[in-house]
Amino acid sequence: MQNALTPTPHPLEADPLPPSKPLSGAQADIIVPVGRCRKWLASESAKFWLMMSPALLGFIIFSAGPMLTSLYLSFTKYDVVSPPKWIGINNYLYLLRRDPAFWPSVKVTTIFAAASVPLTLLIALLIAILLNQRFFARNLFRTIFFLPALLPAAASGVVWVWIFDPTRGLLNHILATVGIVGPAWMHSTTWALPALIIMSIWGFGRAMVIFLAGLQEVPPQLYEAAELDGAGTWHRFYHVTLPMISPVLFFNLVIGIIDALKAFDLAFVTSTAAGAGAGGPARATLLYTLNLYQKSFNYFHMGLGSAMAWLLFVAILLLTAINFGLEKRWVHTS
Amino acid sequence: MTESISKTPNRGGWLIWLFLLSGSVVMLLPLAWMILTSLKSFPETLADPPTWIPAHFQWGNYLQAIRGFEFSRYFANSIIVTAGCIAGTLVSSCLTAYALVAYKVRGKNLVFGLLLATLMLPAQVTVIPLFKLYVTLHWINTFRPLIVPRWFGNDVFAIFLLRQFFLQIPRDYIEAARIDGASELRIMTTVFVPLAKPALLTIAVFTFIGTWNDLWNPLLYLYDEKLYTLPLGLMQFIGVAGTAQGTPWHLVMAIATIMMIPVVIVFFLAQKRFIEGISAAGIKG
Repeated sequence: MQNALTPTPHPLEADPLPPSKPLSGAQADIIVPVGRCRKWLASESAKFWLMMSPALLGFIIFSAGPMLTSLYLSFTKYDVVSPPKWIGINNYLYLLRRDPAFWPSVKVTTIFAAASVPLTLLIALLIAILLNQRFFARNLFRTIFFLPALLPAAASGVVWVWIFDPTRGLLNHILATVGIVGPAWMHSTTWALPALIIMSIWGFGRAMVIFLAGLQEVPPQLYEAAELDGAGTWHRFYHVTLPMISPVLFFNLVIGIIDALKAFDLAFVTSTAAGAGAGGPARATLLYTLNLYQKSFNYFHMGLGSAMAWLLFVAILLLTAINFGLEKRWVHTS
Repeated sequence: MTESISKTPNRGGWLIWLFLLSGSVVMLLPLAWMILTSLKSFPETLADPPTWIPAHFQWGNYLQAIRGFEFSRYFANSIIVTAGCIAGTLVSSCLTAYALVAYKVRGKNLVFGLLLATLMLPAQVTVIPLFKLYVTLHWINTFRPLIVPRWFGNDVFAIFLLRQFFLQIPRDYIEAARIDGASELRIMTTVFVPLAKPALLTIAVFTFIGTWNDLWNPLLYLYDEKLYTLPLGLMQFIGVAGTAQGTPWHLVMAIATIMMIPVVIVFFLAQKRFIEGISAAGIKG
């Protein structure tokens, strides 16, 4: 079967113009290209490139082209209306040295990622391990823990704003019943970011489902062997479960960090719906992407926005590279 | 099939069960609060301390929310965009995945690698040149920026998933069909598509959720209120309604509930697909 797949044409079709019958120059000029063209159109590679063409066009028009263009724009002053003006690295210098919102938004994003990624992974792993056993209503539990991850951020965001409402919200009401006076949450510069982190953890279901899939690949014999050796619950987790699911943990970590750096929807919806203005109050929830959005689409500083986008891209690539560099130290490959 | 693991009786089993039960209550509480609020009267939403159960269930809130807000328009817009994106993703990922599986061509792996690399590319990096492109094409305030890229293989994850699935279909099927004189498109639609139904369904539900929930693209490209999809419409509603006499949270919660219902329905109909799709990303990716 292998041979039939190789694109070797039938010997008789191999050359439309057998060399034994040379044509005069003029005839050959016309016929040869047409013949070759037909032959090429019937070939595997023609069909391949034809079928790939939508995706390739899409790649050039919607990904690669804009990516290179935005790199260029990051070195220009640009407002969409007038043509871009080259200003060298001034956008980058401005962001790093003078822009009042840049470092605050980096700080907010760092805190957000540093808190939400580990907490999400920890909770997702804990629930996945508990769910990875046979018991009553197991699938129902899995559904309940997974569902919030799929709900539209605009809808769940406004629900959270209502729950975190300082005076009429559910959360402060519950806190009051145990004698705690709740903070102003989305209206407080101190508590708005913690509130955002809590909301984002609610969507841990995606990581949980990936953990569950990883856990189901662990051969049960390993647990039986560990048990015969007298290993307790903790030892079984540490010496069997953790190494076996480390590739899945690695995947969740890499994706989790990337998603946290790119997070936009929930922060945008909640800060706007709380009436604090996007990223508010006073930049307390101004994630990096919100700052980028405002610079580009509220103030039309699109060169500056492009520079921010490239700094974000470089940060993502660097963090991912670091993750892959550390991978060998702790990820178990079989 | 892969129903799992420890057959040893679990001593702390009921404790774990109780823990998961309380965890579920915490997970569902925001949704329960949303529905309870959606059934309260406006003065009741302002009560301090808040009440749990509405004194009278105000089912009329839903009608009022739908009527007072251009709901049917936003809902229809969301449906149009979602349908266009699902169709585009299915067609273009089928073509691309078939090309990647059916032919042996030099440069194929390079092409696939380039496509996969775009998964690393944050939307923020391409957004400004795309915005400029759509301004030039007069596509701002149309659904095209949301839908057209989907017809050009923009969803690389879908291509990846379908390619994995197509690879499992024996190559002999292609050869046999070619010998019978079937065209490539015919082979794709009559042999591959029917066999890959589960993967196509997974892609359809993921695209549905992704587009239905999408806030970023409508926010960038739709400025005419008549074209808003539900997420933008909801934000608009809060902004406009909130200025008068405080946000009508009962109506906001009613709209949020209605927005979530299609997601919940699709989720329950295709729960297995979701879990398999996400797991495939984690295990094979």
